[in-house]
Amino acid sequence: MARAIGGSVVAIVVMTLFFGLLYPAVMTGFASVAFPSQAQGSLIKRDGATVGSKLAAQGFTSPKYFHERPSATTPAYNAAATTFANLGPTNPALAKAISENAKAILKLEGPYNPGLTIHDIPVDAVVTSASGIDPDISPAYAALQSHRVAAVRHLPLATVQKLIKQNTDGRWLGFFGEPGVNVLELNLALDKLGGK
Amino acid sequence: MSHGILQIVVFVAILIAAAYPLSRYMKFIYTEDDLFRRGRLRFLGSVERGFYRIVGDRAAREQSWKTYGSTLLVFSFLFVVVLYGIQRLQGHLFLNPQHFPGVASFISLNTAASFLTNTNWQYYAGETTMSFFTQMAGLAVQNFVSAAVGMAVMIAVFRGFTRHSAGTVGNFWRDLYRSLVYILLPIAIIGAAVLIAAGVPQTFHGYAQATTLQGAHQTIARGPVASQIAIKHLGTNGGGFYNSNSAVPFESPGSFGGYFELLLELLIPFASVFLFGRMIGRMRNALAIFAAMFVLFAAGVGVNYVAEQHGSSVLRNSGVNITEGHGQSGGNMADKEVRYGIAETAVFTTGTTMTSTGAVIAGHDAMTPAGGAVPLVNIFLGEIIFGGVGSGMYGIIFIIVLAVFVAGLMVGRTPEYLGKKIEAREVKIAALGALFPGVLILTLTAAAMVTHAGLASIYNPGAHGFTEALYAYTSQAGNNGSAFAGYGATSFSAYMGAIDMLFGRFVPLLAALALGGSLALKRQVPASAGTFRTDGPTFSVLVIGMILLTAGLMVFPALTLGPIVEGLMH
Repeated sequence: MARAIGGSVVAIVVMTLFFGLLYPAVMTGFASVAFPSQAQGSLIKRDGATVGSKLAAQGFTSPKYFHERPSATTPAYNAAATTFANLGPTNPALAKAISENAKAILKLEGPYNPGLTIHDIPVDAVVTSASGIDPDISPAYAALQSHRVAAVRHLPLATVQKLIKQNTDGRWLGFFGEPGVNVLELNLALDKLGGK
Repeated sequence: MSHGILQIVVFVAILIAAAYPLSRYMKFIYTEDDLFRRGRLRFLGSVERGFYRIVGDRAAREQSWKTYGSTLLVFSFLFVVVLYGIQRLQGHLFLNPQHFPGVASFISLNTAASFLTNTNWQYYAGETTMSFFTQMAGLAVQNFVSAAVGMAVMIAVFRGFTRHSAGTVGNFWRDLYRSLVYILLPIAIIGAAVLIAAGVPQTFHGYAQATTLQGAHQTIARGPVASQIAIKHLGTNGGGFYNSNSAVPFESPGSFGGYFELLLELLIPFASVFLFGRMIGRMRNALAIFAAMFVLFAAGVGVNYVAEQHGSSVLRNSGVNITEGHGQSGGNMADKEVRYGIAETAVFTTGTTMTSTGAVIAGHDAMTPAGGAVPLVNIFLGEIIFGGVGSGMYGIIFIIVLAVFVAGLMVGRTPEYLGKKIEAREVKIAALGALFPGVLILTLTAAAMVTHAGLASIYNPGAHGFTEALYAYTSQAGNNGSAFAGYGATSFSAYMGAIDMLFGRFVPLLAALALGGSLALKRQVPASAGTFRTDGPTFSVLVIGMILLTAGLMVFPALTLGPIVEGLMH
């Protein structure tokens, strides 16, 4: 027993030093040399200032921007405290949240999409993402918003649609997963284009 | 759905193509007495022998199952104390750029038990609670070590079949060291490098500050994430850097992230089945087990995929468009991410819960009654459908022993498996190992249902709330760690969970060692005409039947109170 205790103490110290400090330190060194941008969180800079990360939603409310999916974090789109909404599939609170989100979308997008009904709203637009900072929206939700953004910015719809296409991350290898439109990158591209 | 199914099929083919050769390498690592004595890699041999010297076991002597097990227990007990201490003291330690204070005692206890047992139940929210030092030197170390402990026990149990009239099952330090250094470490390094390239942060800088396009202030959590996430999946641990785990793009970026991390998760559990075949020298026997596991895996993926694509009644009645196609995956997207959609989420959810990983790329609490029942049943079946690294294979051995026993009763012969007679002692141990987790789960869930503190731990109303509690104690007993995450913001659930995880891990683990020790002692009897064949589809069916009989029948009454009621009511 004494031998097992002594051996364990030594093993714990050695393993903690090796796997707990040396291994992450080496990987950090590798990352800072080989992939410095990814290592720091894929931050996006504009005019020298950090405006966010490619990998985190940040919340848009202005009509000139594409909007993201609902978020359950506090406050919304908190990239330092991610969370699910955890509303069960039969929870009345879920039904209420969906109906309120859908109403808000109909009110916002309706004027730019004549004849818009709730049946035209894609599901990802009205339910929370898992991380609370899902950087993507479905191409369907982007298409729905494109009419508003084009109108508010006085841009031809085709121009906006082209930007959506350029800022869509396709399936991995064109095969795995689902395509998503990166909202922050899309909005940055729009700002770059000018227009109000 | 056809594209989704195709994705899943191709993924599984890649997985098997990677796992099969890995099993060959694993056999080499575990069965060579004196690795790297000569040749260009001989420094590895020197380091290994150096390790045995400093732990006071210079010759890495063969141990009986009792010595093996007691060394393992001492090692684990001391490690859990260290892990608890690191969390409590993190406020005074370095690598704490966010200046987090020491973690509360009940959270520290739950988390220490959680990582020691390879559960990685996250009672805490990583990015708002744990310092970089705690994540790296505390939690991620256990990601390696708890996985290696499981693999060591698995090898010891395998030796029960490969050795005859032997009093020993191997040396704990040797099996532990080789699992860590030759198997987990190299794959983790490659995995971490790939994740970094894909966008997972790896830095000691504090959280980033940004001013958003609309002028708001945003804090972006980051840290030494990739090094931890690689082993989190490879070791079937599952405890994330972030609260929302692999749903967070920083932990699992792009559509790539989910599939790559799932590949890491399933690699060793798949390879372990093939390794069993190689070690006993009869691959057909291992393939029969593989087939049984695979059928249950495929069934789980199928049910979850169809249920989630169909969506919940609330979603269908809401009027929004949940139909797949025209630029969306559709289905139940609540607490799911766009880049994964339904297919990738279904295969990940099934994979993470049938192995004991418990990492999530979506919120299980928000899944439909049938979809959410899949992870629950997966875990309840005992984490043996491939299962956790090591623990899955030693767990399935219990089922196999029971299966040959039942088959023996049916044909009226002494049951035997791989030339080893299965007698009363083995059947008793196997019954204990197979049934104990179920008893533990039902007892603790019942306790959580009849106490005020237990009821206060529930988040969602109605039958779904019961499912939350059942899922919590199932997940912790099975050392899975995924959650219906609304559950458990109370100290009551933290203490109950700690008990659940420790007993759920160590009782079956010791039973497995005892079984291995008992089998190693036996002589090998040659197969005769009356020997029940254990290498064909009949045996696969028998194993599936046994899994459903032992664990399945125990969970069914509880399921009727949870997901089944919920599904029928809506």
